[in-house]
Amino acid sequence: MFRMTLNVLRNLFTPKATRLYPARVREPFAGYRGQLEIHIEDCIFCGLCARKCPALCIAVDIKTGKWECDPFACVYCGICADHCPTDALFFADRHRAPAEKHSLMSYTGQPPKKKEKSVAATAGSEAPANRKSAPAD
Amino acid sequence: MARTVIPFGPQHPVLPEPIHLKLVVEDEIVQEAIPALGYVHRGLEMLAQKRDFHQMVQVVERICGICSMIHSLCYCQGIEEMMGIEVPRRARLLRTLWSELHRSHSHLLWLGLFADSFGFESLFMQLWRIRERILDLNEATAGNRVIVSVNVIGGVRAEISEEQQRWILGEMAGFERDMNRIRSTLLEDYTVKSRTVGKGVLTREMAYELGAAGPVLRGSGIAQDMRQLGYAAYGDLDFEPVVEAAGDAYARCKVRFGEVMQSIRLVRQILGELAKETDPALAAKVKGRPEGEVVCRVEQPRGECLYYLKGSGKPQLDRVRVRTPTFANVPPLLAMLPGVELADVPVLVLSIDPCISCTER
Ligand code: SF4
Ligand code: SF4
Repeated sequence: MFRMTLNVLRNLFTPKATRLYPARVREPFAGYRGQLEIHIEDCIFCGLCARKCPALCIAVDIKTGKWECDPFACVYCGICADHCPTDALFFADRHRAPAEKHSLMSYTGQPPKKKEKSVAATAGSEAPANRKSAPAD
Repeated sequence: MARTVIPFGPQHPVLPEPIHLKLVVEDEIVQEAIPALGYVHRGLEMLAQKRDFHQMVQVVERICGICSMIHSLCYCQGIEEMMGIEVPRRARLLRTLWSELHRSHSHLLWLGLFADSFGFESLFMQLWRIRERILDLNEATAGNRVIVSVNVIGGVRAEISEEQQRWILGEMAGFERDMNRIRSTLLEDYTVKSRTVGKGVLTREMAYELGAAGPVLRGSGIAQDMRQLGYAAYGDLDFEPVVEAAGDAYARCKVRFGEVMQSIRLVRQILGELAKETDPALAAKVKGRPEGEVVCRVEQPRGECLYYLKGSGKPQLDRVRVRTPTFANVPPLLAMLPGVELADVPVLVLSIDPCISCTER
């Protein structure tokens, strides 16, 4: 009984463990992988993100300058952003809002003019055997 | 009294995941339990033949929603052994740190669900409140609450800054205080004891013969813990397996509680070692492709997990086979059930900490 009274008193004066969501939202920690975003003007359409993505949800087309990602297939692992040579890909620290309809993140940018290297830039989701092995750095 | 078959699961209030048991019952006493699995099979092992071996790290990480980091740890260690990669010590220490954080949040989740299985709702809420501390640590250090995605072949992707290390130490002190405060309720409360002590006894011999793993095995008095193999940085740390002799549901609960406290001590040891480690390297270079066969074992919160990997110099592996701890703990569960009352079945099913999506992959 004595311990119970102590507990009741303590709980009366300690702050609540819960917060009144959604009126009060906790700030995300720095570095939280909330939502994948791209600065399309920095993208050089190298296709590295598409080749490294374990969910195969990115498609890059160097000819048309199209960069597409299916956010519903993305597992928010952050591998693509790690490998992007120009840091065009990055994670915003807030969640993606829920959506009713399936939609693609689709951006069009300027593909680089000179094509000295022929990079297989399309995400070959059907033919993974053709992809080069991926040396990690 | 005639025998009746009562279906338990796949949907049941105590079950977080679907497993089906046909309970043959006579006078409310279970005579036999017949399991049926296969509700959440996803075919993740087959993906190994489609994704390259770097991408598989993220795939195996998603086999389990709770001990995800330890799955990828086991996979990476297997590939590293196959390719002869030397992982920097700092990376090994960080892997160990995250794996202990995973162990403690997994055990807290289980302790909460266990309390829930015998109807102790407020204990469940308290334990999950404490668990939030660990999830916050994961989110701040690795960018996600549960699926931390820190492992890559050759090392880790994230670093824990000195400021964060100090914060983790502070959180560990608060975490320990919370756990000590809840200890008397969890381990000595009359209602908890009356539902768990002497229920579902698995003797030492039965546990050994049926191949139990993890806390189920250690709750029956066998001191076996894969961490003693010294993988990652466990070889440099000082710990003993937590063992209880009684073999009942209460003993399994005590083992898991003891392991949470052990994880706190281990995290402190690891942070001490990290402070001494001068080499800042986080990942070794990976060259070539995996070739050969390897079996790798780690201790997950639920017990020993085993990976068999086979590669033949292609970017894709030929075979990934995962034996998860719950798979090993299903036969001991079936052996515990005969003779218990129907009302105790939910408590006993939870006492093995079933992780079905792990088991079915
Ligand atoms: S975060 Fe992971 S799954 Fe999502 S696009 Fe990047 S690599 Fe693919
Ligand atoms: S890796 Fe970066 S630069 Fe290359 S295609 Fe992807 S987003 Fe563009």
